[in-house]
Amino acid sequence: MPLTVTPSQTVGPFFSIGLHPVELALDPGGEQLAIQGRVLDGDHNPVGDALIETWQAGPDGQYSQNSSRGWSRLATDDSGSFRFSTFKPGRVRAGNQLYAPHIVVAVFARGLLRHLVTRIYFPDEPSNADDPILNLVPEPRRATLIARAVAPRLFQWNIVLQGREETVFFEC
Amino acid sequence: MSIAIFGYRRPLPHTQPPYLHPSYLSSLKRAPSQSLIAIPPTLSEVSGPRFSQKDLANGENDLTRQHHGEPLGERIIVSGRVVDEDGKPIRGVLIEIWQANAAGRYAHSVDQHNAPLDPNFSGFGRAVSDDEGRYTFITVKPGAYPWANHYNAWRPAHIHFSLCGPAFATRLVTQMYFPGDPLLQSDPIFNSIADETARNKLVSTFDWTLTTPSYALGYRFDIVLRGREQTPMES
Repeated sequence: MPLTVTPSQTVGPFFSIGLHPVELALDPGGEQLAIQGRVLDGDHNPVGDALIETWQAGPDGQYSQNSSRGWSRLATDDSGSFRFSTFKPGRVRAGNQLYAPHIVVAVFARGLLRHLVTRIYFPDEPSNADDPILNLVPEPRRATLIARAVAPRLFQWNIVLQGREETVFFEC
Repeated sequence: MSIAIFGYRRPLPHTQPPYLHPSYLSSLKRAPSQSLIAIPPTLSEVSGPRFSQKDLANGENDLTRQHHGEPLGERIIVSGRVVDEDGKPIRGVLIEIWQANAAGRYAHSVDQHNAPLDPNFSGFGRAVSDDEGRYTFITVKPGAYPWANHYNAWRPAHIHFSLCGPAFATRLVTQMYFPGDPLLQSDPIFNSIADETARNKLVSTFDWTLTTPSYALGYRFDIVLRGREQTPMES
């Protein structure tokens, strides 16, 4: 009989004591960019105590197999804002399945008894139309997963936990 | 050509907390209102950052030796194994813990509880599980502390645990509690897990074999991460 998985509990308001920020190791072969945004609650008030972790493939579409390369961790500030430097990941291939460039994201916060999982996609990326995961999302909600270009190599992507413009979260 | 991707098993009903748990007030405005969208496993979730002992400095698992003096409180050893749902040990899991001091106060500017800070206790540590999935921390027993969730609300003593396992899909953040704590019964965070057996997995057990004479009491806390599916998804 399989064992029961240890249940999740909230990260709480004091996680910064133990979970320190980790900057993504930049890959010189990739297109450098920054992603900024805000984490907002159901009233669109800022979530000033959220923790975000990101995981992405290299510019060649390959995930690191034996290091933490491709992983980052950051916290929001009092205004719910975050910003991280990264590079555009390549298209991940599995067999003949090819995915649009994306970053997977885990969101932790006080009030979240389990973390949330979502994805960042890029605008003006023709491969989005064929991405098998994006295509599972009802069309009107897809925009919540696609970052918005606000300046050269700067993207805006918000995480709305609840309510109007609620971000799409995945069970994976 | 298609390749087989073995995903991670989904939790059994009621063995994980819901997002919305109204008696935990902070969940009211932060829980998503829409259902999660279930996706098949892809390389993005079955891969993840990997860690090893080399990522840590010596002694990061001993929270009692981070300052000149020893922290106040009851010294304890917390140890256990990280395994998957089939009981197989998982090596290389990065385990990060943080906690209040023995008086129930966090070394954090947001914590305004009127209990003393301990200059000899920061309250965080790290370890990486060994080939048998084992880890050990040396720390002091955290105190209970009040919080604003409801009238006379007190969190049971707990240690926060963060585990980066073999894949993004096995990521786990949880809390370890202590056996016999009368505050568990009225804690909305602990009781958010409907299944009693699953809930009690979060309560460590007092362990004589970990207890070290004239040094520290021992508590065992074994952790189970999601196991792999037996059948692949065709991709």
